[in-house]
Amino acid sequence: MTGNKPKNSSTIDRRSLLLTGALAGTAGVAAAAARHDGGLGAPPQTIQGTMPWREGTADAPPASTGTDYRFFNAFEQAFVLPAIDRLIPPDATGPSATQANVHIFLDHQLAGPYGRGDHFYLGGPWPSGTPEQGYQSRLTPAQFYRASILAVEGYVRTQYRGKLFGQLAHADQDAVLKGLESGGIKLANADGKAFFAMFLQNVLEGYFSDPIYGGNKDMAAWAMIGFPGAHYDYREWVGRHGRRVPFPPTSLNGRPGWSEG
Amino acid sequence: MTRRTQIAIAGAAAVLLVVMAGLAFFLLSPSPPPYVLATATGGPPQILTRPIPDSVPNAAQLRRGQYLVRVGDCTSCHTREGGVPFAGGFGLNTPFGVIYSTNITSDRHHGVGALTPEKFYRVLHDGVGPKGALLYPAMPYPYFARVTRADSDAMLAYLKTVPASPNRRPPDDLPFPFSIRSLVGAWNLLFFDSGVFEPDPAKSAQWNRGAYLVTGLGHCGACHTPKNALAGDRNSQALQGGYLDTWIAPDLTSNTRTGVGSWSRQDIVDYLKTGRSVRANAAGPMAEVVANSTSLLSDADLAAIAEYLKDQPASPDRVSSEAPDAAVLRRGAAIFSDACSACHMASGTGQSRLFPSLHGNAMLQQSDPSGLLHLILAGGRTAPTPSRPTPVSMPSFASKLGDRQIADVATYIRNSMGNRAEPVTAKQAAAMRRRLGLQSVRLTDNSGDWP
Amino acid sequence: MVTKLPAVDAVLVGFGWTGAILGQQLCDAGLNVVALERGVWRDTPTDFATTFAQDELRYMWRHHLFQNLAYDTLTIRNNVGQQALPMRRLGSFLLGAGVGGSGVHWNAQIWRFLESDFKAYSHNLKRYGKAAVDAYDMTVQDYPVTWDEIEPHYDTFDKICGTSGKAGNLRGVIQDGGNPFEGPRSHEYPNPAMALPYGPTLFTRAAREKGYKPFPHPTGNMSRPYTNPLGAQLGQCTYCGFCEKFGCGNYSKATAQTTILPYLMAKPNFTLRTESEVLKIETTPDGKRATGVTYVDSTGKEFFQPAEIVVLSAYVLHNVRLLLLSKIGRPYDPKTGEGVVGKNYAYQITSSANVFFKDKIVNPFIGAGALAAVVDEFNGDNFDHTGLGFIGGGYIAQMQTGGRPIEMMFTPAGTPKWGLEWKKAAAHNYLRAVNILCHGSVMAHRGNYLDLDPTYRDAFGRPMLRMTFDFTDNERKMSAYLLDKAAEIGLAMDGVSSVKKNYRTGSWSVVPYQTTHNTGGTIMGDNPRNSVVNKYLQSWDVSNLFVMGAGAFPQNAGYNPTGTLAALAYFSAAAIKDRYLKSPGPMVRA
Repeated sequence: MTGNKPKNSSTIDRRSLLLTGALAGTAGVAAAAARHDGGLGAPPQTIQGTMPWREGTADAPPASTGTDYRFFNAFEQAFVLPAIDRLIPPDATGPSATQANVHIFLDHQLAGPYGRGDHFYLGGPWPSGTPEQGYQSRLTPAQFYRASILAVEGYVRTQYRGKLFGQLAHADQDAVLKGLESGGIKLANADGKAFFAMFLQNVLEGYFSDPIYGGNKDMAAWAMIGFPGAHYDYREWVGRHGRRVPFPPTSLNGRPGWSEG
Repeated sequence: MTRRTQIAIAGAAAVLLVVMAGLAFFLLSPSPPPYVLATATGGPPQILTRPIPDSVPNAAQLRRGQYLVRVGDCTSCHTREGGVPFAGGFGLNTPFGVIYSTNITSDRHHGVGALTPEKFYRVLHDGVGPKGALLYPAMPYPYFARVTRADSDAMLAYLKTVPASPNRRPPDDLPFPFSIRSLVGAWNLLFFDSGVFEPDPAKSAQWNRGAYLVTGLGHCGACHTPKNALAGDRNSQALQGGYLDTWIAPDLTSNTRTGVGSWSRQDIVDYLKTGRSVRANAAGPMAEVVANSTSLLSDADLAAIAEYLKDQPASPDRVSSEAPDAAVLRRGAAIFSDACSACHMASGTGQSRLFPSLHGNAMLQQSDPSGLLHLILAGGRTAPTPSRPTPVSMPSFASKLGDRQIADVATYIRNSMGNRAEPVTAKQAAAMRRRLGLQSVRLTDNSGDWP
Repeated sequence: MVTKLPAVDAVLVGFGWTGAILGQQLCDAGLNVVALERGVWRDTPTDFATTFAQDELRYMWRHHLFQNLAYDTLTIRNNVGQQALPMRRLGSFLLGAGVGGSGVHWNAQIWRFLESDFKAYSHNLKRYGKAAVDAYDMTVQDYPVTWDEIEPHYDTFDKICGTSGKAGNLRGVIQDGGNPFEGPRSHEYPNPAMALPYGPTLFTRAAREKGYKPFPHPTGNMSRPYTNPLGAQLGQCTYCGFCEKFGCGNYSKATAQTTILPYLMAKPNFTLRTESEVLKIETTPDGKRATGVTYVDSTGKEFFQPAEIVVLSAYVLHNVRLLLLSKIGRPYDPKTGEGVVGKNYAYQITSSANVFFKDKIVNPFIGAGALAAVVDEFNGDNFDHTGLGFIGGGYIAQMQTGGRPIEMMFTPAGTPKWGLEWKKAAAHNYLRAVNILCHGSVMAHRGNYLDLDPTYRDAFGRPMLRMTFDFTDNERKMSAYLLDKAAEIGLAMDGVSSVKKNYRTGSWSVVPYQTTHNTGGTIMGDNPRNSVVNKYLQSWDVSNLFVMGAGAFPQNAGYNPTGTLAALAYFSAAAIKDRYLKSPGPMVRA
């Protein structure tokens, strides 16, 4: 979420330094220097006499970033596009995942701080844990996707006579996805069940999050369910029970009515 | 800071007049000074609010002096950011260079410690420095001239109790020929009336007290009176509102649309005392005035100021009768509904003393929309005061709204909810955005997601 | 190189709710106070403004306001037989970071514990016998404070927050429309209850038909504009639905920023240093007295801040770890049951019922953090537990916190999690479903505790905290009992088509979000053998060290913790001002 911040550009390098320090159990001061190398923290402030404020500042979200691919290669795209449309298929109810640009959302997320695991603890050792201990991979989400898609396609190639996932009939695609979901399909070198859980979660995020992140195109998923989005004030509607509110969906960056007509 | 800058511009313009009068207008018109980022007002220095005990010799005069130093808001210009109170060194940016404020602590060499009451009075009353040099009217002596000798003596007595700081004022960074102080004399001839305050016997004592404060030590007109091309006050338009760099110092006359005509006296007192009233919140440069000066004044003096202001004849109403484009209003209303109602309410009535009502709001209706554009783009912070410490703030919309959207919503609120004012253009919004340096997002520390 | 700073009267470690409370109280007593906060400064107009606050992805799913685990986490396991592994992603609980702490993203659910919750051991012993309180290896203890001692401080916090609600017991007189089970309160809530949207209104009616006494949830979301006793101003809540896990953009949720900081930050005797992480509490060689704290700032500089009083006011988990790292107090050993630091770690157990309507539009996005109707008949010991096989309980609430669609998408039982059938169900039910929450207590158990991890270390090379925790059948039975009662109410709601019950089964898992109500580890008690701090939150071992927060809870009650931990902080502050400063030293004889 901080892709628009230049001082984040070398986060990975500092991260590895940090993890090295943690692993080696370096003495406090040396590790402190690793963490606080001038880039891992905002400057320290001493605040006295008032609530500080500087005009024009905002912890604003990143600006919208276009619809180009930055992460998925052609091979991965050939898996992601059909797969997400099995998770959220097209019909008259509302957009499919690809119609909502969920693939673009996924791509940009994996190319950004989330893909780098900016909020994940990734230090070792990495023994396998119990399901209750949650994510225990040493991989970042981007690495995790890359490895998992490769493994899923490897499974498909073996099971379906050399075909790719995208070449399967819908019923077979669904069978593969269900097998991943239940853990019934075991992948070589990847945890299919964990991948499916992360994939489905990320697809839902792309479908229903604010369009500034690349998915939920035209707020059609919000329109489908009746969510007004970033509208802020329902005081006049809290007591009007059982009635639909009149506000069209609004993104943090507005809606067509803000600029058209 | 921009308020101080405005005063400073008057000072520098004085020199300009003499040297290159023809260029003055050019230099004073838009695109002036390198913009100084406004940071939060840290509240008044402790020494300005610390009670003076009876045991101190001359306590009564010192208390009076302390109070008058509050009235004059000496703190704002004579303390640099993060510096020792009253030690000066605050750089006033002008289009011509930087003028630094003086040290007015009790230091005998660099402050006022060695000044005689006569010399101090000459500073206030004549704009003449202790060594005889003419002061730039960045020091608002054209207003301070009205201060009585007794008040001047009390202020000096108090300043001599302010802990000495050896801070030496940096030399002004003014290029030749602006550096020639004696040229100020010519400006004085044109625009400076060094007369004393003359009470108006036809008016009440309260009115006269208000006039003494507003037109004297309070130097309200330094910002709120429009200036001529040479930065002198247009006295015929006193308190009708001034342009203040990236802000507007609103009309303070009884104009019911743009001035305080529809404010009650209590509204004015509340505003000055607490930084907010049912009418408006004090933000921008006025927040500093409220924090360092008016919130520390007696209720009687604030009532006197209100009495005087309420008696100012209304400025002429000049708004055009042309109705804004219907599509603009439609778009503006859509933006308002989603982006503004969280605080100002769907009805625009706001929440009393917290989020200002937009109905019949004078600030919105100034013919120059600079203040409104500044607020929408950069946000604004209400002065925290002892009785109302919350610095309620409007967030910056710079990264949320485009220039046309800002213009549309501004036009909408200037022409709905009982308001009427000229439409705002996207070009004006873009120009203000540039001047505030908000073309790209100015992020907070939190944006780095630090642990 | 450690720079020694000028001494101060008190240093606060962490600047969230309890740091703000102690800061204000001690500054008003004339002390020079320095607060050290490891995170950044944050405030309404710049860090959670109305212009961008309603962002489910960024805040809820990308954890923008929460503790970044990349730099600091803990290890977790269900029992001593397992190897603890790092919590690599936030899930079950969402730790705060920065000025205001978790109080920035809380729901503002402001509860008082029941009178009997403070006597969980003696009360249950008396009513149900020794077997009931010793079952499941429980290590339940009484709180060393009484209702009468703590009530005035609950009242103070209500006034600071401007709590909106309806009293149920005013000085012993039961009030219509409030919670009849609450302890006698000295005053009505400072603000009236919030307006209830459709779902909680239908729940209220159904609960009444069942013979319960439903009431509006007490909340720090403002039902009207409010000015608190410190002069701080709050606005009216707009029911925007982005409260829990989000910062409030329009000053309408009680947080340190909206209620205390405007007053405190203006005090000349208060200083805040951000990006300053405390590494250790320093003590005299005999370990009896804290001399101050050592901290490192984000440029890597180390400082020693000497202080007459040290207040730990960080989150529970950090407070426990700092004590362990500073070797203050005897660490708890689950094998022997001896030692106290890290003992009686507890949590909250939640379960829920999703209620689906045939054609009622409930507009779930009209929400606020604590916008709910509540039934308290099954909390604490408000009901007869004879024969049920558990002690404790919880509240049942139809909460409408907001309709963020990634998180709040409910589909009826049997609906697949994806595909066309899911899509149609999501589209149909989003506006026609509500959630009933069962928010239950977790008793203390011998095997649930906190200590230092032997393997994993943080960026400074210090051992991580290790959490060993699981629910026991006491909690599971209780939670299922609550959920069955909740579902009965759900089925009685007008226009219902179906109810889906989500039981909490199996072991505690870090994956799904539950609550950020971690308690215990620095528990309070009446003697140093069973507790870390006395009733005034004063360390038994180091008498000028005070430990704030829900770590003091000997076990957790069925309510959200903030009201009680704030009241304990005010109680502690009053004791420091009225007694400790006059005569420094232990305030309770060991």
